[in-house]
Amino acid sequence: MSTQVNTQWMRTDVLIIGGGTAGTMAAIKARQANPEADVLILEKANIRRSGAIAMGMDGVNTAVIPGHSTPEQYTREVTIANDGIVNQAAVYQTGKLGFDVIQELESWGVKFQKDPQGNYDLKQVHRVGKYVLPMPEGKDLKTILTRQVKRHKARVTNRVMATRVLVRNGRAIGAVGFDVRNGDFIVIQAKAVILCTGACGRLGLPASGYLYGTYENPTNAGDGYSMAYHAGAELSNIECFQINPLIKDYNGPACAYVAGPLGAQTVNAEGYRFINCDYWSGQMMLEVWKELNSGKGPVQLKMTHLDNDTIAEIESVLWANERPSRERFHAGRGENYRTHGVEMNISEIGLCSGHSASGVWVNEKAETTVPGLYAAGDMASVPHNYMIGAFVFGRLAGENAIDYIQDLDYLEPDPDFLEAEKARIYAPLNQPNGIPHTQVEYKLRRLVNDYLQPPKVSHKMEIGLQNFVRYQETLQLMGARDPHELMRCLEVHFIRDCAEMAARASLYRRESRWGLYHYCVDYPEKNNQEWFCHVNLKKTEVGEMVLFKRPIDPYIIDVDVNREVYDVAVR
Amino acid sequence: MALINQRVDVPVIVDESKCLEKCTACIEVCPLDVLAKNPDTGKAYMKYDECWFCLPCEKECPTGAITVQIPFLLR
Repeated sequence: MSTQVNTQWMRTDVLIIGGGTAGTMAAIKARQANPEADVLILEKANIRRSGAIAMGMDGVNTAVIPGHSTPEQYTREVTIANDGIVNQAAVYQTGKLGFDVIQELESWGVKFQKDPQGNYDLKQVHRVGKYVLPMPEGKDLKTILTRQVKRHKARVTNRVMATRVLVRNGRAIGAVGFDVRNGDFIVIQAKAVILCTGACGRLGLPASGYLYGTYENPTNAGDGYSMAYHAGAELSNIECFQINPLIKDYNGPACAYVAGPLGAQTVNAEGYRFINCDYWSGQMMLEVWKELNSGKGPVQLKMTHLDNDTIAEIESVLWANERPSRERFHAGRGENYRTHGVEMNISEIGLCSGHSASGVWVNEKAETTVPGLYAAGDMASVPHNYMIGAFVFGRLAGENAIDYIQDLDYLEPDPDFLEAEKARIYAPLNQPNGIPHTQVEYKLRRLVNDYLQPPKVSHKMEIGLQNFVRYQETLQLMGARDPHELMRCLEVHFIRDCAEMAARASLYRRESRWGLYHYCVDYPEKNNQEWFCHVNLKKTEVGEMVLFKRPIDPYIIDVDVNREVYDVAVR
Repeated sequence: MALINQRVDVPVIVDESKCLEKCTACIEVCPLDVLAKNPDTGKAYMKYDECWFCLPCEKECPTGAITVQIPFLLR
């Protein structure tokens, strides 16, 4: 099969892989920075409805708006929420540049909620500051971004999935992949590459057993984590998993961010509050876990005490944005917020810096450790960065990539690498009766649940690691009957890489930190003496995964992490 | 290896009487690319059981031919 594959060659100045929140903004900003530059977005779905915000978003969670908060306050809040393990210079960018993003989005027709006096109607969800800005009409966000990408004349190639970043002389020089509809082999030469492929949302298996019943858009399978790793880039704090408190079975957010400011409460089965802050953090998740294991669960988002108009307002936002099908989910079970709490559960694990802190290492310029390779959005290691952070780092990546490519020429890809990658990609098509990707993926993700779901136990994770390493051989058994199935097969490769990284990083950091995200039974305490550092990993020249401590840069905003401990338990 | 075809309840339901043969709106917007045209009838159908129940197909269908159900395992 692989010998008969048609090959397409493309060239662009700046290649952006993934056309979601960060990727569309990176393209727009690169074109604004240099209208002469050729900018190409490569997207495995269609940018009109792709990425984490395919169906819009009901608000932004990290809006630093003059008069309401400052970048310094924001950086301080995230530093404490992430137990001190931050590159403050990067976090500060989201605080400093987020307001520009909001103003530019407004100029494109995105509507943010304002009070009758015309001031931004910010809500407090974080522990101290007000950073949540509702967008009740956010359902068209992605179509608005798509329009701006076209208006800025960035090129878009939909339905092509990248599988590897091309590297030569230590520099990112393009990417390879394939067309998920016609199966063509695609080679793209570029002067700079920006990875914006979102979270690894398909790592653990949802309790429902349904492979695609994930919190994240299931197309976000850790593509960028894996591609950055194989390109030689460092990844950071992978052991800081993403684990969310979600609507049981549905796996969407119960959405205390929307409903909390209107009076909804996260409570136990007896109706009592057990956390004093609904902002998603590992510390909050640990309280949820304790409550569920205390006999006082299940945990629910309670709105039954609210008046009808307030509940109707909450519904009007939730039924239109982000995960609108939740309306029919509740209806199908005969549930109504006026009479029923929303039963919540602890999600399976994932990797995501937008919500927690696991990502590809980037500095405050969105540069990875590989020259010419940038990362932005959920996959880039800027903790708690959410959507505004994705826009800000998309912008930084786009602008800095334009700077970087000045006077730079294309490099020819290594023909041996291209042949080897082509063989790897198309192997499942050569054995169409091989094991279906669904079964191979199910078993892999079930093993992730068995061995990596916190509380973490070293002996279990060692077994998990052996399983994930051995799974390299299992991947060779997969068969695909068409390019669509081939896409899913290659995603399973990404998921396996992420599982191995998650196991190794969790075993390496011998302490507990970030609440439930890295709660180790063997090392139950936080240990700032030895582990006040990033845990980074990368692939060596000989193809081995190595882990090491990366020191935390001196803070630019003073925070005493020994004294200011993030604690949301109600006692 | 022998492969079997197993019946599953699929979430995306297409009303063929409303589905336009020349329209591919739902197919183009699906993030997971699970929809396709039946070559014999020209009507859209769910070809791969990988739905995220995210609804772009339903919202962007010009004739209201599509209904998305919550997948049975979650319902």
